[in-house]
Amino acid sequence: MSEPISDQLVENEELPEFRSLRSDVWRQFRRHRGAVFGLIILIFITLAVFVGPFLYPYDAWANDVPNRLLSPSWRHPFGTDGNGRDVLARVLVGGRISIAVGMAAMLFQIVVGTAVGVFAGYFRRLDGLLMRITDLFLSLPQLPLLLVILILFREPMTSRFGQNFGIFILVVFIIGVTNWMQTARIVRGDVLALKEQEFVLAAKSIGTGGGKIILRHILPNVLSPVTVAASLGVATAIITESALSFLGLGFPADFPTWGRLLLEAKDVITSQPARVIWPGALISLTVMCVTFIGDGLRDALDPKLRSTG
Amino acid sequence: MLRFVIRRTLVAIPTLLFISLIIFLILHLAPGDPTSQLPLTIKPEVREAIKSSLGLDRHWIIQWLKWCQLMFINEPIHLFESLTNTCFGDCENRARIISWSSKSPALDTIYQRLPQTVWVAGLGLLFGTLIAIPVGIISAYKQYSIFDNVGTFISMIGFALPVYFSGLLLIVVFSVKLKWLPSLYDTTHDTQFTSWSSIWFQIKQLAMPVSILTLFNASQVSRFTRASALDNLNQEYVRTARSKGLSETTVVTVHVMRNSMIPVVTLLALSLPGIVGGAILTESVFRINGIGRLLLDSLTDDLPMVQTITFFIAFLTVMFNLVADVVYAWLDPRIRYE
Repeated sequence: MSEPISDQLVENEELPEFRSLRSDVWRQFRRHRGAVFGLIILIFITLAVFVGPFLYPYDAWANDVPNRLLSPSWRHPFGTDGNGRDVLARVLVGGRISIAVGMAAMLFQIVVGTAVGVFAGYFRRLDGLLMRITDLFLSLPQLPLLLVILILFREPMTSRFGQNFGIFILVVFIIGVTNWMQTARIVRGDVLALKEQEFVLAAKSIGTGGGKIILRHILPNVLSPVTVAASLGVATAIITESALSFLGLGFPADFPTWGRLLLEAKDVITSQPARVIWPGALISLTVMCVTFIGDGLRDALDPKLRSTG
Repeated sequence: MLRFVIRRTLVAIPTLLFISLIIFLILHLAPGDPTSQLPLTIKPEVREAIKSSLGLDRHWIIQWLKWCQLMFINEPIHLFESLTNTCFGDCENRARIISWSSKSPALDTIYQRLPQTVWVAGLGLLFGTLIAIPVGIISAYKQYSIFDNVGTFISMIGFALPVYFSGLLLIVVFSVKLKWLPSLYDTTHDTQFTSWSSIWFQIKQLAMPVSILTLFNASQVSRFTRASALDNLNQEYVRTARSKGLSETTVVTVHVMRNSMIPVVTLLALSLPGIVGGAILTESVFRINGIGRLLLDSLTDDLPMVQTITFFIAFLTVMFNLVADVVYAWLDPRIRYE
């Protein structure tokens, strides 16, 4: 939406105070306290997870058997695990996968969902078929299928793309494939309504082709529902990835992820109960931040709320 | 109405066939050899014989059709026979889907495991709904009040706390620290409620799994109820009800609540099969001997069992979709003829 309108307004010099859509959205977003907190904490978590391990003195994989199963202390703030590995270092490294999978799976499902939604909404001939496929995917049992695919395709993927990267692709792919349907439905509904509007008719009447109408006129207008769906998608993907790791089916056993750390903590729940808290709290905190950001974005992208507020 | 039901049922049949095909293809076209778990000393020709005895040497279309025959014809007949104690034709030797690891009919094992799952997950859904509906209605009626804000926050926590974390937290607090509740679920314990001590035991072991599921379900259903009640509170018929002098209680409980329940009922019907899938996580946290654990245990070496459970859950999904559609049409006559 931003491109055509802002171009027009910038050229018109009689308007002294120019406010771009982006700054308007940002202004409204800042009003949502929860969303701003969420954004700050999420940035902090992301930095801690991606930069933190380089600054922190302990290596997440370094075994130190004499110092195994230590309680939290100044040297090891979260204690050490059964192999003497520092738990804080593992929690930090573990977040990388969760956040990376969350983002990548979100991108995947947004791209697929938007594409299906736009094609179904814009081209009447494809509508029936694409929506049938969407309904079909909705009635597939998600978690059981995830587990089955993960088990069956683990070997070929790891042998082709390497231990960690192969699993990463597989996990992102299966989470994306089982989650794009909601986005597709929302986008289709919006496109159906947009298609009948005057500006699309105007574009058609000056001979704009279908592809160009979709890119220039339809896509910018479905941006806001897609953004909201994206934030929900990150939350679901993080929870699902952690669930897979928690069941012991995600990344290789020595590779820490938040879900895997929870699984490890479950086995020592009587001797080191505190180890459950850190990975779990971080999963929940990240998911909550993303949800709040999504909430704020929804308000900020809603023109009705923006003009009155 | 009848035509609507019939039409929806007819659509469900190809959907089910197609889902069974997808599940079948995922399982059978996956690389890997089902006999790879057997000892390496077995000779190749014996290995081939094992494969052909399992029917794996035939074309996959034949295998799928055979499976469909077992699943859609033989198994329902067997279920009917065992429920009514009748026998049609050669009921002793009728082929059934056999689990590879237990060598017994897969569906018999599923029928044994299902009650535990339904009992735990069903109670969680029941309590969740019972809490969520009044909370959702009050939140909508007093929008942006303290009650509403607290409710919104708690439901956000409920959404952000995955069951595998909240379950472990409860175990840490109530089993490890306080030692009040058992952390493992004991399915062998007497479920007949013959004595007070057994009832107390059941309540204690159900307390944690049921309460985390209650929180999870309540947070979803209450958000949904709230949104739906908010839509209804601004409707004309509510103003009419008020203007003819009905009390606020009557307006809210009779008029608003009944109409807000329409989408909520659909949500409930749609989330029922989801709890069977979600049971995988609850059951692995508390080691409940239900259908979710059965699936987890069969994943690596029991193809027919995995296929049957996955299809069973898909079957429930499609059936409850159908039920949701029909209930929706029954509750809201406006959508019936579209």
